[in-house]
This record gives sequence, C-alpha cells and structure tokens, in this order.
Amino acid sequence: MTGEQITFLIVALVTLGSGLMVVTTRNLVHAALWLVATLFGVAVTYALLHASFLAVVQVVVYIGAIAILFIFAVMLTRKDMRDQGPQMNRNWWFGALLAVLTFGGLYFLLQGWTGLSKTAAALPSGFDAVGELGNALVSPDAYVLPFEVASVLLVAALVGAVYVAFNPHSGNSGK
Amino acid sequence: MVPLSWYLIFAAALFSIGLFGVLSRRNAIAILLGVELMLNSVNINLAAFWRYGNVMDMTGQVFAIIVFAVAAAEVAVGLALVISVYRRRNTVVADEIDMMKW
Repeated sequence: MTGEQITFLIVALVTLGSGLMVVTTRNLVHAALWLVATLFGVAVTYALLHASFLAVVQVVVYIGAIAILFIFAVMLTRKDMRDQGPQMNRNWWFGALLAVLTFGGLYFLLQGWTGLSKTAAALPSGFDAVGELGNALVSPDAYVLPFEVASVLLVAALVGAVYVAFNPHSGNSGK
Repeated sequence: MVPLSWYLIFAAALFSIGLFGVLSRRNAIAILLGVELMLNSVNINLAAFWRYGNVMDMTGQVFAIIVFAVAAAEVAVGLALVISVYRRRNTVVADEIDMMKW
C-alpha cells in the first residue's frame, strides 16, 4: 500500500465514523459538531483528488457558514427535545434497512462496471486547476450562464429565508 | 495510487448514512443534517470523476460548485422554515408538524 492509499483509508474511516455519529447521537449540538468533522474529512478527500479550490470552498462555505447556521438553529430551537424522549421515529428500522439496501445496490452496480479499477492519469505539468476552473466559470463558451443563475438562486433563497423567518409580532422590528 | 472504486464506495456509504438520518430522525434539523451528508457524497463523486476522467474538462468541478450554491440556499430556506414553525407551533418534531394533513 502506498502512502496515498493509507491516507485515503484513514480519512474515509474517520469521515464515515463521524457521519454515523451525526445521524445517531442524541444531543443535536453534538450532531452539528460531528457534522463539522465529517465536512472536514470531505475537504481532505477533495485535497487528495487535487481539487484544491473545492477543498477551500468546503472549509469556508460548508464549515464556516452552513455548519455554524445549523448550530444557531439548534440553539434557537433546543429547549423542547434536548435529551429526553426518543430521537428516532417508530420506523427507524425501515430507514436502516433501506439505507443498507441502497448501499448494497450501489455496491452491486459498481461491481458490474468496467471502469471501476481505473487509476488517475498524472496531471499535466504546469496544470493550473484553479485557473482552468475560473476560466470555465466565466467563459461564455462554458458555464457563465449556470454561474449567474446560481447567484440569482442564492439571492432569491436568502431573501425568502429572511421573509420566512421574519417575525411580524416582534414589536421593535422595522423601527 | 487510489483506484476510482474506493472513492465511489466511500461516497455510496456516506450517501447511505445520510439516507438513514433523513428517514429515521424525528427532529427536523437532524433531517437537514442528513440531507447535507447526502449532498456531500454526491460532490465527492463529481470531484472523483473529474480527476479520473479528462482533467482539462472542468465540468465535474463546476457541477460541484453549483451543488455548493444549491446546498447553501437549501439550508437557509430549510432552517428559516424550521425556526418559523418552531415559533408558531413550539415544536421541531417532524411528526407533529401536520397542519397541512387531513
């Protein structure tokens, strides 16, 4: 085994373990913190794939914004089911069965595919993945339209989120 | 060198864990945590296929960035809905949010 394989196995095991903790732990604040560990493991996976921009965006956007938003939401709503009562619904065994079947099905499908044992070609010398990605995102021949649509979607979603979470009865709002 | 299959199986396992969380948790915020795990596993697949395919074609990474933007939008709206429901109904348990059921 090469060093890269050992690194990948350690990162994958840590990520899957913290993923399991996200879905099974009782305390939701702990679940959100385990989510941070999982997201960090995924960022390391991007780094192993030489997708350096994705690794940085994963840390900044996912860990820095989304996970913190989750922690805020948990703290704003936590007084009602903190540590008592079941955390799983009555049909949790059905969910577990479906998840295992999904994994088994995906594994079975992958086994029948010929490209599976493919290894990556070496990167061309002087290859600048971040520069290529930036060119692809703003080039009219490539992805400038999806990029702009994504920005419109973000603005619409954030305005909608403010509108939905806004409390009209809070008294001092708008003054 | 890590073969492509390791990344795909890792992503499939992470997706299944997220699916279990979505189907089994009672708390609406915990369901959203499961959705995040599933989105991340899809992104691993996109990045892996970019690396193991034609590296000069950036489609995989661009798709992953679009997924980032959609995930951020989804979390913002989802958590706003959860907080709004919590303010009106004083619950975040998905079974008890049944105003539109009859």
